[in-house]
Amino acid sequence: MGDIWEGLVAGFWLVVTLDPDLVEITLRSLQVTVTATVIASLIALPFGAWLAIRRFRHRRATIAVLNALMGLPPVVVGLIVYLLLSRSGPFGVFGLLFTPTAMIIAQVIIITPLIASIAHQSVRDIWAEYHDLLISFSTTKRQRIATLIWDGRRALMTAALAGFGRAIGEVGAIMIVGGNIDHATRVLTTAIALETGKGDFALALGLGFVLIALAVAVNIAIHAIGQTESEGKW
Amino acid sequence: MVTPILPLEVSQALVKRRGKTLLGPVDLTVSQTGFTIVMGPNGAGKTTFLRTLHGLERLSKGEVIWQVPLTEARLRQAFVFQTPIMLRRSVRDNLTYPLTLRGTKKAKARQLAEDWARRVGLGGALDQQAPQLSGGEKQKLALARALILDPDIIFLDEPCANLDGRAMREIETILLDACDAGTRIIMATHDIGQAKRLATDVVFLMHGHIIENSHAKDFFAGPKTPQAAALLQGDIVE
Repeated sequence: MGDIWEGLVAGFWLVVTLDPDLVEITLRSLQVTVTATVIASLIALPFGAWLAIRRFRHRRATIAVLNALMGLPPVVVGLIVYLLLSRSGPFGVFGLLFTPTAMIIAQVIIITPLIASIAHQSVRDIWAEYHDLLISFSTTKRQRIATLIWDGRRALMTAALAGFGRAIGEVGAIMIVGGNIDHATRVLTTAIALETGKGDFALALGLGFVLIALAVAVNIAIHAIGQTESEGKW
Repeated sequence: MVTPILPLEVSQALVKRRGKTLLGPVDLTVSQTGFTIVMGPNGAGKTTFLRTLHGLERLSKGEVIWQVPLTEARLRQAFVFQTPIMLRRSVRDNLTYPLTLRGTKKAKARQLAEDWARRVGLGGALDQQAPQLSGGEKQKLALARALILDPDIIFLDEPCANLDGRAMREIETILLDACDAGTRIIMATHDIGQAKRLATDVVFLMHGHIIENSHAKDFFAGPKTPQAAALLQGDIVE
């Protein structure tokens, strides 16, 4: 109990004094995770919508694989990205290993199936509702996807936030591909792992509370902007 | 000069689902003008018939032939469903939606939306979310959204089911105005009074087949089939 209390106090002081290290790793956490979420959403949302309206031969199998990929082990993803980006790997020439870009790539791979799967479920429900109307209007596939994404934007925002939530708390993959280098690739989760390893539980807990507060704040901000709970809006 | 899409020729149209025949085979010619009422008991195939003409049902056999290529014909017709499908948007955005699909300029689309909202009595609800409207308002909005495209032909699947007298009269007035303006109307209804008020001709369906197709006056004065006669007398027809 004492450790938790000390952690809360440590976290409070880190925030109140705007500790430069805390500010730096918090901003880097946000930069990496927000970028990964945006890129993953740009891929996953149209793909989820496309999957909802398109009938093709191995559709069920594709959905099953997509759902299975939601549980992709981050450490394995990290290892694969590490091998791809390492000097001897196919993309080694770009020198991306141990950079925030490598961390973004790993996070995109981890959260894209999650966002796509939730998006598919949401869009499928709207598609069932809109199907006859959109066919009746002779809409093209592109128009259908655009309509479904627009009208389902609040549900899809939840999908993106689920991806953000998974990415901001991710440690395994970004530790491997980022390396937890001070002033370069250290983020909140890897800093927590480091402080825990050093036995500084209070600071680790303090960082943990900052991480939780950050995740909650981003969710509240997005919901406020999207007016998800406003009367009559979806 | 725009080529008319009518008359519509339906030839041996047959719709089957999982081995069960839902409609047909049916033959019909839909003339260029008029107000056709489709009648028949529940399960007679009225909805399938309308959906087939509109292209929402895949034909197992037969043909539905328009006077213009199918892709053009699809753009010049509209459908109003029994349960109105509302886009999760405002009334205004529901009305502008089909126009923007066809490339109408935003300002023009908004102007048309406001005009049509006023015409159907929804002028004060333009910014309201469409799914929150009452049943009658939703049906009027669905009708306005269909007519805003100025279609050559409109299909309506029991648009007044579950509506009160006032809402029904408002919808009938809009439909008669559209018909007078040259829109061909094909509407399914259970309501004999409504059929008498609106129809220029009647198609009577039983078990997926057209068993009677005649002018409204002839149909109501002396139906040729015992099933239609029974329905008009208020008997139960199965």
